[in-house]
Amino acid sequence: MEQFKKVSSIVTPLDKVNVDTDQIVPKQFLKLVQKSGFGKFLFFNWRYDENDVKKPDFVLNDSKYENSKILVAGDNFGCGSSREHAVWALLDYGFSVIIAPSFADIFFSNCFKNGILPITLKQDLVEKLQKENGLVEVDLENQIITTPSEKIPFEIDSYQKKILLEGLDDIAHTLQYEDKISAFEKESKIPSVL
Amino acid sequence: MNIVEKILARGAGKSSVSPDDVVFAKVDKVMMHDVSGPGVIKVFDKLKKQGISVDKLWDPTKVWVAEDHFVPSAEKVSAENIVKLSNFTKNYGIEKHFKYGMGQYGICHTISHEEAMVMPGDVYVGGDSHTNTTGALGAFACGLGHTDIAYVLLNGQIWFKVPETFYFKLNGKLPDHVMAKDLILKIIGEIGTDGGAYQTMQFGGTGIDEMSVESRLTLCNMTTEAGAKNGIVEPDQKVVDYLTQRGATNINLIKGDADAEYSKVFEFEGSEMEPTVAKPFSPENTCVVREAPSVELDKSYIGSCTGAKYEDLEAAAKILKGRKVKIRTEVLPAAISIYQRAMENGLLKIFLDAGVTVGPPTCGACCGAHMGVLAKDEICISTTNRNFPGRMGHVESQTYLASPLVAAASAVTGKITDPRDLQ
Repeated sequence: MEQFKKVSSIVTPLDKVNVDTDQIVPKQFLKLVQKSGFGKFLFFNWRYDENDVKKPDFVLNDSKYENSKILVAGDNFGCGSSREHAVWALLDYGFSVIIAPSFADIFFSNCFKNGILPITLKQDLVEKLQKENGLVEVDLENQIITTPSEKIPFEIDSYQKKILLEGLDDIAHTLQYEDKISAFEKESKIPSVL
Repeated sequence: MNIVEKILARGAGKSSVSPDDVVFAKVDKVMMHDVSGPGVIKVFDKLKKQGISVDKLWDPTKVWVAEDHFVPSAEKVSAENIVKLSNFTKNYGIEKHFKYGMGQYGICHTISHEEAMVMPGDVYVGGDSHTNTTGALGAFACGLGHTDIAYVLLNGQIWFKVPETFYFKLNGKLPDHVMAKDLILKIIGEIGTDGGAYQTMQFGGTGIDEMSVESRLTLCNMTTEAGAKNGIVEPDQKVVDYLTQRGATNINLIKGDADAEYSKVFEFEGSEMEPTVAKPFSPENTCVVREAPSVELDKSYIGSCTGAKYEDLEAAAKILKGRKVKIRTEVLPAAISIYQRAMENGLLKIFLDAGVTVGPPTCGACCGAHMGVLAKDEICISTTNRNFPGRMGHVESQTYLASPLVAAASAVTGKITDPRDLQ
């Protein structure tokens, strides 16, 4: 996983609530397991019509947002199936920050395994950001979102912040402590749960 | 402590835990299937490239594998995934791999109870969001992403934030023609698709005591649609009998303390429950069947981990016996063991006589994979769990979620029908 650096870009507003993982990456692509290349399937049914022609009214098809790295969406983003492909698609497309009033649990957790920063903000702040046309900077180190007109602090769990900044997934992070873990395992008497 | 806190405390080797504590818990069982499995294999490949050893699993006897989403293979990518999965289980010595075409197989969540893979008190994680289903046996059961499953396979433990618990109390039995599916749809309609976010949804009360284990499985299955971390019912003698019949021994009944705490209690009167549907395009978009829109249905689908357990097929057969379907209707038993019982007890004959197509166990059209997906503008009534746009096929198709009784009654009339109104 790459280390998470400061992100600066315009935001892509996705004014929808309960965006489920089947909208993020439809099931016909789940059979594929290469981790890269999923970007082309992102929001597939919203981006393309039946003849695979881009739908002009969908926000991702507006060339203005082509290089955007920040997606700002509605409540309960990432609900539905646990497919990690949804996160792979967002990342491969170029998004590294997702901002929403709330996230579905498994999706939220999957983001950190793949180097995406999900930020939960209050509804009114999310709505304001969705209307923002200027450059927005997301500084994870200092937990600040900077827009042309204001600075918005955000909360993040300290462990999740650390793994993003260091570019470690849970497995790599745990392995840093392998010696201590082995020592603990030898001594501890965790009861069997069987 | 309530039951979930007790299970997580035991898993973490602590004397007690409270909501919001972060614990590292030992996992008792882990499951993956033909979508999450290849994803996990990919994570393993990546770790290997980083020089991390993935030669051995923490305990292959605690891992089990299902084939369900894209089986029997409809095209070559799915076929290759099944080969990949088979090589993985062979290489790592995983014996519990339920393969289609080799006796018992079926939808992973159905196998979890049909084969007694999970015991009361277990910490059970699976690479699928509906892993919540198995909480009905009194386990802490939740879904994880591929990376987390890979982590569990290697380390045998995983961290959890201890959830708060919403307690749903059902007073008195559900009336005739009302099923657990109707109750869980009503609950989701009330609390919304994120109403249970990172909560445990626990079900109890006299109505739940009266309920069969399979009905409880339906309730816990759809806690996922309310965004819950997990669903759970305290295990009782019914669970012991159910698991014993399926070969389990040494069943340990773990229950919450008398002074267990819940962050919120919701009460429902059994006698007031009615057949309910969720209209397109969200499981929270519910109404009682008698107030459902009068649409011409194209199809009735009786399948999935939610709605094709033995009891579900029995309910559908009760309606379809001696009647003919008016619209395309499919029944896909959720596991081979259920298929077999349906055959032995004459249910398959009832379905075939009614004109229904009976398919093999698979997630099939529930996730829009194959076996009867919907075309543009088609409208389906379905015993499955999600009706987001495009879930069962074309993005402009529509799905109404319903109980097996309602799906079968609607198959007979071609309209959304309350089973009590069937002539």
